[in-house]
Amino acid sequence: MTAAQSTLAGSARPPGSPVLSLAARLLRDTATASGMDLPDWDLAIQQCRRAGVLARICHRLERDNLLDRVPEQPARHLKAARTLADKHGRDVHWEVRCIVRALKNVDGPKILLKGAAYVMTDLPPAAGRMFTDVDLMVARERIEQTEHELIRHDWTHHEVDAYDDIYYRTWMHQIPPLIHRLRGTVIDVHHTIVPETAKPHVNARSLFDAAIRLDGYDDLYVLTPTDMVLHSAVHLFNEGEFDHGLRDLSDLDLLLRHFGKDGDFWAHLADRAAELDLERPLFYALRHAGRVLGTPVPQSLDDRLQQTRPGPSHMKVMDALLDRGLRPHHVSCDDRYSGFARWLLYVRAHHLRMPFHLLGPHLIRKAWKKRFAEE
Amino acid sequence: MTSHAMNTDTFARHLRQDGMTFRIGPFWAHIRSALHGLASGLHLLYDNNPMAPRQPFCDFHVTITTGEGFHRFYRPQARFFFNGHMPFKPLPLDQALALFEWGLNWCISSNAHQYLILHSAAVAKDGHAVLLPAPPGSGKSTLCAALIHRGWRLLSDELALIDLDTLEITPLCRPVNLKNKSIDIIGEYAGNAVFAPLAKDTLKGTIGLLKAPADSVARMNEKARPAWIVFPQYQAGAATRLTDRSKAQTAMEVGDNAFNYSIHGVRGFDALTRLVDRCACYDFEYENLDEAIDVFSGLTP
Repeated sequence: MTAAQSTLAGSARPPGSPVLSLAARLLRDTATASGMDLPDWDLAIQQCRRAGVLARICHRLERDNLLDRVPEQPARHLKAARTLADKHGRDVHWEVRCIVRALKNVDGPKILLKGAAYVMTDLPPAAGRMFTDVDLMVARERIEQTEHELIRHDWTHHEVDAYDDIYYRTWMHQIPPLIHRLRGTVIDVHHTIVPETAKPHVNARSLFDAAIRLDGYDDLYVLTPTDMVLHSAVHLFNEGEFDHGLRDLSDLDLLLRHFGKDGDFWAHLADRAAELDLERPLFYALRHAGRVLGTPVPQSLDDRLQQTRPGPSHMKVMDALLDRGLRPHHVSCDDRYSGFARWLLYVRAHHLRMPFHLLGPHLIRKAWKKRFAEE
Repeated sequence: MTSHAMNTDTFARHLRQDGMTFRIGPFWAHIRSALHGLASGLHLLYDNNPMAPRQPFCDFHVTITTGEGFHRFYRPQARFFFNGHMPFKPLPLDQALALFEWGLNWCISSNAHQYLILHSAAVAKDGHAVLLPAPPGSGKSTLCAALIHRGWRLLSDELALIDLDTLEITPLCRPVNLKNKSIDIIGEYAGNAVFAPLAKDTLKGTIGLLKAPADSVARMNEKARPAWIVFPQYQAGAATRLTDRSKAQTAMEVGDNAFNYSIHGVRGFDALTRLVDRCACYDFEYENLDEAIDVFSGLTP
């Protein structure tokens, strides 16, 4: 991995800014590609594959007319990933049709979240995005009926034991994932965007009230631009899943750049964050999107979020953890603290999700089950 | 450079330290492992392939390690990592070589979407290729192994890489994966067959990896044009019989057994139907390998 070290250490960076992976530098500026030799590409392809951004980078290089200048060997991987991601995009359209049909007897709004919403509204993060599931939100009082209708239409619960089932239903904001028997596709049904027991107390009702109906559908919706950004932020910074951390940060970057073209967006975003008790996740989102991907944030918003800023030492710790969590989980991006940092982020996420007296027994139980599962 | 010039110990040392890079068909694979059994197996099977300690770009970076914690000693395991990620559960240590073969197949079939990838063996003569698509248990690999010891060139035993535009097959030219009785049958049939040490009690029974013929490896840059699609079926006591097969049925079955047909969408459909159109399509029942070879010798493009 000598190439890795030379490349990563080789770039001069201002003090306090994070070490950037090649994957992050390509997302930040496609022109990075023109300075890359084959060993750089060897590393970049690995990092991008691990972070789930290979296809996205292919789309962006193509948009900037740089794809033709990428050497043939790495270009093959970029294009192959794009072929697969394009297929995922087509599948999401089809899957949404199937879900709408299956839920035609469930009244009230059904809101598509995250990736599926980006694809159905053709937002910038849709290009080259890969999918493992479709996320849907329905009102709490409709969740049981939604589950029954999905099961009636060939979705089924898989590999969830009694403990997980109770855990999901009691403590989480969703029911256990459902998988379609024939297509193998997965749907996550939520009734709000953060767990019931979580620190931020988000009023789900107001998300439903603001949601935007999709053209051509009776009751299929997506969140408003501000809510979409806030959901993406709370999901990334409070849920502790950093496997695709860089991809999720890039989603945020693309959403912010896109919606931010409308000058009023930023003021709305700050208002809404205060209303939904999501100022802290928004603060982290803007800070780290800026640090890693250079996302421009107006000074006015920066000023408004000053009160939510953690204290200096808290901030130092969180920077150290998040800088590591948001790198591709590839050996070339790890240092000696990476594993520990990810573990702390995982525990932090659980702590944000539920109070300590619930958390302790839960984590012990999970660790025990994992040990057993390996037998 | 090939590893002819390198003895097993030097090879094993490279593999353990920074890893070795192998040219496998159109790909460069970078493999790192400290497992000595794996090193000798790889050295035996791949010593005709171009290889080097370093390569500016590798398509697949693979690491194979022992089990974690007490699985180092108690029921020792081998674990396969692609890009630092473990796509499958560990296998018993003595199946490390088979794990590598399956793992690399998985890397190719789930990433190399520059090709239409069929689940099929492929062999060629004079630039014309036969595709042998078939489910496990049909005797596809046995027939493939027999053919490559009687004048046919090995393109692939498991994954046929089809160019979506020209329909040419790019050789992958990896060891042939023989199971159970087929191992003895081919051992007797081809006097010069070279096998890696057998892996017993795997999910698929006993696995014997048959080394790809040196001539096929030397010619792995030579693409071949598909001319026939033959669905083999080994049947004890069966007379050797080649029968016509409908094109529609062939297209359905080849598509069903492809790894990434649906990923390519319309382009995949177009490539598949053109492929079936240009090939003569047959069902083939056989028991006797000599008779089978005669039938294949009679195929004319």
